[in-house]
Amino acid sequence: MEEIRSLIEGFGVALSLKNVGLMFVGVILGVVIGVLPGLGGANGVAILLPLTFSMAQSPGGTTSAIILLSCIYWGALFGGAITSILFNIPGEPWSVATTFDGYPLAQQGRAGAALTAAFTSSFVGAFIATVVITFLSPIVAGFALQFGPPEFFSVYLLTFCAFVGMSKEPPAKTLTAMMTGFALAAVGTDPVTGTLRLTFGSVELLSGFDFLIAVIGLFGIGEILLTMEEGLAFKGADAKINMKVVMQTWKELPRYWATSMRSSIVGCFMGIVPGGATPASFMAYGGAQRFSKDGAKFGTGKIEGVVAPETAAHAAGTSALLPMLTLGVPGSPTAAVLLGGLLIWGLQPGPMLFVEQKEFVWGLIASIYLGNIAGLIVVLTCVPLFAAILRIPFAVIAPVIMVVCAIGAYTVKTNMFDVWMMLMFGVLGYVFKKLNYPLAPLVLAIVLGDRAEASFRQAMLVSEGQMSIFFSNGLVGSITGLALFLLAWPVISMLIAKAKGK
Amino acid sequence: MEKGGARHGAIGTKGVELVVAALFFALGALVIFDSRRLGTGWADDGPQAGYFPFYLGLIICVSSLVTFFKALTIRPERDKVFVDSAQFKLVLAVFVPTVVYVGLIGLLGIYVSSMLFIGFFMRWQGKYSWLKLGMVSVGVMGVFFFVFEMWFKVPLPKGPLEAALGLN
Amino acid sequence: MKIKLSRKFGVTAAALATALAGFAFQSSAHAWEPSKTVEFVVPAGTGGGADQMARVIQSIVAKHNLMKQSMVVVNKAGGAGAEGFLDVKGASGDAHKIIITLSNLFTTPLATGVPFNWRDLTPVQMLALDQFVLWVNAGKPYKNVKEFLAAAKGSKFKMAGTGSKQEDQIITVGIEKSAGVKFIYIPFRGGGDVAVQLVGNHADATVNNPIEAVAHWRGGKLRPLCVFDPKRMPYKEKVTATMSWSDIPTCKEQGLDFDYLMLRGIFMAPGVSPDQVKFYTDLIAKVRETKEWKEFIEKGAFNTTALAGKEYADWVAKEEARHVSLMKSAGFIAGAK
Repeated sequence: MEEIRSLIEGFGVALSLKNVGLMFVGVILGVVIGVLPGLGGANGVAILLPLTFSMAQSPGGTTSAIILLSCIYWGALFGGAITSILFNIPGEPWSVATTFDGYPLAQQGRAGAALTAAFTSSFVGAFIATVVITFLSPIVAGFALQFGPPEFFSVYLLTFCAFVGMSKEPPAKTLTAMMTGFALAAVGTDPVTGTLRLTFGSVELLSGFDFLIAVIGLFGIGEILLTMEEGLAFKGADAKINMKVVMQTWKELPRYWATSMRSSIVGCFMGIVPGGATPASFMAYGGAQRFSKDGAKFGTGKIEGVVAPETAAHAAGTSALLPMLTLGVPGSPTAAVLLGGLLIWGLQPGPMLFVEQKEFVWGLIASIYLGNIAGLIVVLTCVPLFAAILRIPFAVIAPVIMVVCAIGAYTVKTNMFDVWMMLMFGVLGYVFKKLNYPLAPLVLAIVLGDRAEASFRQAMLVSEGQMSIFFSNGLVGSITGLALFLLAWPVISMLIAKAKGK
Repeated sequence: MEKGGARHGAIGTKGVELVVAALFFALGALVIFDSRRLGTGWADDGPQAGYFPFYLGLIICVSSLVTFFKALTIRPERDKVFVDSAQFKLVLAVFVPTVVYVGLIGLLGIYVSSMLFIGFFMRWQGKYSWLKLGMVSVGVMGVFFFVFEMWFKVPLPKGPLEAALGLN
Repeated sequence: MKIKLSRKFGVTAAALATALAGFAFQSSAHAWEPSKTVEFVVPAGTGGGADQMARVIQSIVAKHNLMKQSMVVVNKAGGAGAEGFLDVKGASGDAHKIIITLSNLFTTPLATGVPFNWRDLTPVQMLALDQFVLWVNAGKPYKNVKEFLAAAKGSKFKMAGTGSKQEDQIITVGIEKSAGVKFIYIPFRGGGDVAVQLVGNHADATVNNPIEAVAHWRGGKLRPLCVFDPKRMPYKEKVTATMSWSDIPTCKEQGLDFDYLMLRGIFMAPGVSPDQVKFYTDLIAKVRETKEWKEFIEKGAFNTTALAGKEYADWVAKEEARHVSLMKSAGFIAGAK
């Protein structure tokens, strides 16, 4: 077992006192970044690049530098769940799906349980993905090469089909919400012809609507406005704040092993392709809802509904490192900055990295294991602390949340216009909730809309307008087929039920 | 949401439904309008730039019409309360100060206006003492200043006070 | 209305602040230097070539303490970079804002009709010129440009590139015109994606920058056919077992008469003083002296031409005229189809 020996050597590199110290520093920084919507992981990594730049020049320093940077990344992945659960404000795009059940849990006074479940499943997802990287990297590294435009489109289609089709809201409203999301995603530069769409000559609209602004408004501000109706208080203030809740939740978690495994597979797949952590989290949530016995109760505060997206997001975030290291393709904006870091330190990601920079690569892989353990320790010990935030009086916490939202919206593009947009989305979120328009399809359409359209049209360029390209080989055909099957699933299951009834 | 006829001083769901559906219809029409400019056809190398937006707009228009006419059939005595006046006052109590706050950011920078906003809100809704609200607002924004400006070097909007202090 | 109002106030306040700062420095005898954090605008997304170069400069400045104030990189990629250019154009007189440009300085206003021109900005310094290389999958039989073009003739080869109506597509059109072939151009989001599409055989060729494709070249997956520089690249150190950058022939040598180099240069907002421009030219001169910069330039196999002042402006003007004619002949100009 070549890998095991290399890995043990890697642990040797990563386990120096200095590197372990850096791990904790990185994780804590990362959690801060994940909690504040204004600071993306990309931001934090970018800011620390200059620092690590000098670090990387000492012998063995590149490993320390990448440990620090990647631990910020793990920390951010962990941290994104915190505000999603406590305040319905996703700190990072991949934690949107976590709000669906995490926030209702917090309202029921089970914030501690939701946080514990989120952190633990994040860890499980990352762990499984790391095992995949460790032992299967030579096999799966080339997998991303199979993915051309039609394959990417089929993956986005699969995400949609896995997620929609089970909405309880009126179909006309679901359709309106989703199409509005797509329309918002289309604002800005058309990816294929480069012309401007739906900008109406406005400079502010050039770059389109950022996903984060929409979710901060729709979820965060909208929720505060809704909460206001019932008086000046947050629910869930009676959350238990002690460490017992961690153990109690852990006892419950093994029940969801099937969801956990399925979500890990979805996550690893989406990370390696690379399709991204955000679609992975939505896909896993949709899948869990469909296959769980309690599927109908999803969205009302089920632990399983927290486990699925968190496991997938973290598995995807971790396995996204594989295409980044072997092919130089970043799976997320944060990974893009990490990639820039490697280049600046003089490491060339690509097929040769595993051959020429063995010590570095295995040091990094070892640090993923250790960094995630460090992360889990940090966030779990802080569960009571986070849950206690809900006890801060509303008159204090509400304006602070508003300020955090405003800062978050501003920093996306350093633009005041976006802060106004956030307010508008806030009103929209409030009205939507009250009129039974579903928010999730709208958000998903904003995230995936332009990417799905771009890959669809790239595929059409390749095939010269032939739709048959989506079934042109086994890979794309089976993904498209699976997507269509999932879309038709409600009808199929109805038919099955009818047949059984007879 | 309560069932039964709309109470006095409350906004009925029917009216809001109609307005929202109409707004969506307008949005759909706007999208269709702009996509006509871009070409909505299917060229030999696939859809043109306006192809998807055109159909998106069309679906938005049609589905909002459905919602609109469904809402029209709600009889007044079965109209649910969208929000009653007491609730609406509470919502506005948060929303209006927030709008003012966002307006102030452009004038005073984010730090000063956030301090004022937090302070105002604590005083108005929580009746905290000046000392307490001063500590919270200055403390919170001080931490943010440290995190964003010093630590992560993310420049946030600043106003005349920061300029006078030489902080920007 | 409210937005416009507050923005106006913001601008006035900023202008006032700058004026005050400027005044304070005029009274002392020293040359101008930044009095607050310098914003380094990148009109492209994170991880791309321009972004990398900006971050390298930021790192070098921080590491060697070349400036008292710090420098932050801000990505404003919206509207194919128009967001960034308009931001700097609108910050008249603000000497704490610099922008790194790529070819979208010319292509974006032409292709989208967004109102700006490089003349709206103050040219500071050219950093380097980025090379373009014609790459094919190493598994394909053609070993040189002639064989490649012969194979491309008649069959519709797919050319993958970054962005739409930008440098990659312009080069594609350039090849088409001078060799009488026809490609299907497929736009992708980033150079890394483009290279992988070629490695995975989803495209037949690319015109990636050296740094975007070098890893796959070293891994034996891609083959360079020619470089779109009139002269060969000077870097003689072996990159693969048998070849160095300077072993790649120029396209002209190979009978493909088209050349293209991409500007990596720095501009400032309009209305800044010569003193302020001088600070940044001096700063870049110091950056260019560092070991880190030289390593970076060699790794990316850049063309090291680095003009400043009037020569720089002249070069940009000439290049603009060329882009206008190239894009006009390709039918890429907005509203003139």
